[in-house]
Amino acid sequence: MTDRQVPAQPKTGDTIGLSRRSLLRAGLLTGGAAASAGLVSSTALAGDPLITEVQDWNRYLGDSVQAAPYGKPSEFEAHVVRRDVEWLTASPESSVNFTPLHELDGIITPNGLCFERHHGGVAQINPAEHRLMVNGLVDKQLVFTMEDLKRFPRENRVYFLECAANSGMEWRGAQLNGCQYTHGMIHCVVYTGVPLKYLLKEAGVKTSGKWLLAEGADAAAMTRSIPMEKALDDCLVAFKMNGEALRPEQGYPVRLVVPGWEGNMWVKWLRRLEVGDQPWEQREETSKYTDLLANGKARRFTWVMDVKSVITSPSPQAPIPHGKGPLVISGVAWSGGGTIKRVDVSIDGGRNWTTARIDGPSLSKAMHRFYLDIDWDGSPLLLQSRAMDEHGFVQPTKNELRLARGDNSIYHNNGIQTWHVKADGTVENVEVA
Amino acid sequence: MSKSPKLLALSLGFSLALPFAAASAEETAKHFGLGRPAEADEIAAWDIDVRPDGTGLPEGSGTVSEGEVLFTDNCATCHGDFGEGAGRWPVLAGGQGSLKEDRPEKTIGSYWPYLSTVYDYVRRAMPFGNARSLSDDEVYALTAYLLYLNDVVTDEDFRLSKENFTDIHLPNEANFIADDRMEEAHNANKGNPCMTDCMTEPAKITMHARILDVTPGAGDDENSGGSVD
Repeated sequence: MTDRQVPAQPKTGDTIGLSRRSLLRAGLLTGGAAASAGLVSSTALAGDPLITEVQDWNRYLGDSVQAAPYGKPSEFEAHVVRRDVEWLTASPESSVNFTPLHELDGIITPNGLCFERHHGGVAQINPAEHRLMVNGLVDKQLVFTMEDLKRFPRENRVYFLECAANSGMEWRGAQLNGCQYTHGMIHCVVYTGVPLKYLLKEAGVKTSGKWLLAEGADAAAMTRSIPMEKALDDCLVAFKMNGEALRPEQGYPVRLVVPGWEGNMWVKWLRRLEVGDQPWEQREETSKYTDLLANGKARRFTWVMDVKSVITSPSPQAPIPHGKGPLVISGVAWSGGGTIKRVDVSIDGGRNWTTARIDGPSLSKAMHRFYLDIDWDGSPLLLQSRAMDEHGFVQPTKNELRLARGDNSIYHNNGIQTWHVKADGTVENVEVA
Repeated sequence: MSKSPKLLALSLGFSLALPFAAASAEETAKHFGLGRPAEADEIAAWDIDVRPDGTGLPEGSGTVSEGEVLFTDNCATCHGDFGEGAGRWPVLAGGQGSLKEDRPEKTIGSYWPYLSTVYDYVRRAMPFGNARSLSDDEVYALTAYLLYLNDVVTDEDFRLSKENFTDIHLPNEANFIADDRMEEAHNANKGNPCMTDCMTEPAKITMHARILDVTPGAGDDENSGGSVD
């Protein structure tokens, strides 16, 4: 790569940053009249060869239409992938990987980049062999095939799915260097599915039926207890994400969607719904997904994911490549309580705040994209974002959370993230006080 | 949702009379006639969950001694001979009294509230990689052995059964509380946050990311922060 492929200081009016090429264009070096072919050699013109020379893609035919029946991203985007942190878990089958938030924009996560969290690996299920049972305190215990499910009326909804443990490794302080790792246990897609209440009404929930147990068909047979009020509210039994079938790692052929609530409850490979009069106190709601407090007590049934945000660029994996001048600060915000009303951004570690601009759809329990466009003077920054949801709940600092809960809650860390932007444009995960 | 044959017929008649009518969500939510009745053996095959009150427990029993043999053969490779955990695999026993410590050890004996969860989870999901391979009696025996490893029972001849199961209580049962996050100061005092000169002094960095670039293997750092489990 020659230096000419990298645009020199693009900012107009900054003569210090002007390159020889731009000076030539401006006629400052040669004088306007002298810029004729006879007086200036071809090398002295120094035009960008990407422009002055015919490129291969401009000369030769590209791939045919059927070269990729299912398309993939450009080879130049090969770095935009899910990543894991091997030492976090004992086994890669009961583990997690992370969405590359720092490379994404907008509010929709591409299916192939949606983070994964399995407890017994990825079940591979032929939809023709999948069954969904409804049993327990119902008038009619039923079995549905996938074909049955696709005959119920459908809804399309955009929701975020955040793992309860997202940012959990950061309870004790800055640890992982990148928002993919600190905040990437989240995705946001449009789900197509059947309202859960339709299935429950089909079976006929008895008046004593106050709880619902959702169970997966995988080797972990994941189970969670869900209060009937939520089950009859906005839950979906979904078979599509972003328009196509669920990915196997996301529960193909069918998963539960529990809007605004912790990801563990979004049972994948959903095979059974049992109606009962009490919660089941399963492993995933006693040993796990309970939040230990400093006093030795532990909260259980902490279902809702609180208001939260993170700046995705600049961030440790997305340093500033272009020097001072115009800088787009981009990030995402979300709340299990509804829509995001406002996101404030600080460049001085929380001392002063500026309200950012939310762009794109503002949907309940979905990701929101925010931007703050600044003119960076090249000095170090302590970047933070602070979201507020439609109910007025404001994202707390990590220190406020620790004061209330101690260091060992593991789950539900929605504290404000700080990025230290250095003068050279590199970025580090830090904590401030 | 109606079970009445008469209403069902009425509903079908309505559908036949107006085959292309788009009913409102409320109307369509009532009954579609989709799915088929679940057979008793199908429900028995999948509905194996057990609740704290003992609902769902199968017939059967097993002793601590029987459980020890089963544990050695099926579980100890990952969980250690005494439930102490091998490598990063989960610790199943010990840790009593550690929940207020800087590094709590959350085990069946120190943390789990209900014995039903032990039976249910072992039967549904263990051994890791060979789930659903243990008989009901074997799960009783393993559950008894886990009680023994956690000093909840002390007699090697103790036999756990469907009949005496709910007599057993785990030490930490009383320490689980409802979600009271809304009472935390930052939630209870929600409102317009400070926008200008919110701190008297400029912010100072107090901690840097410890694991730079998440280098594989770097997690051996014993002082690293929390982890996902």
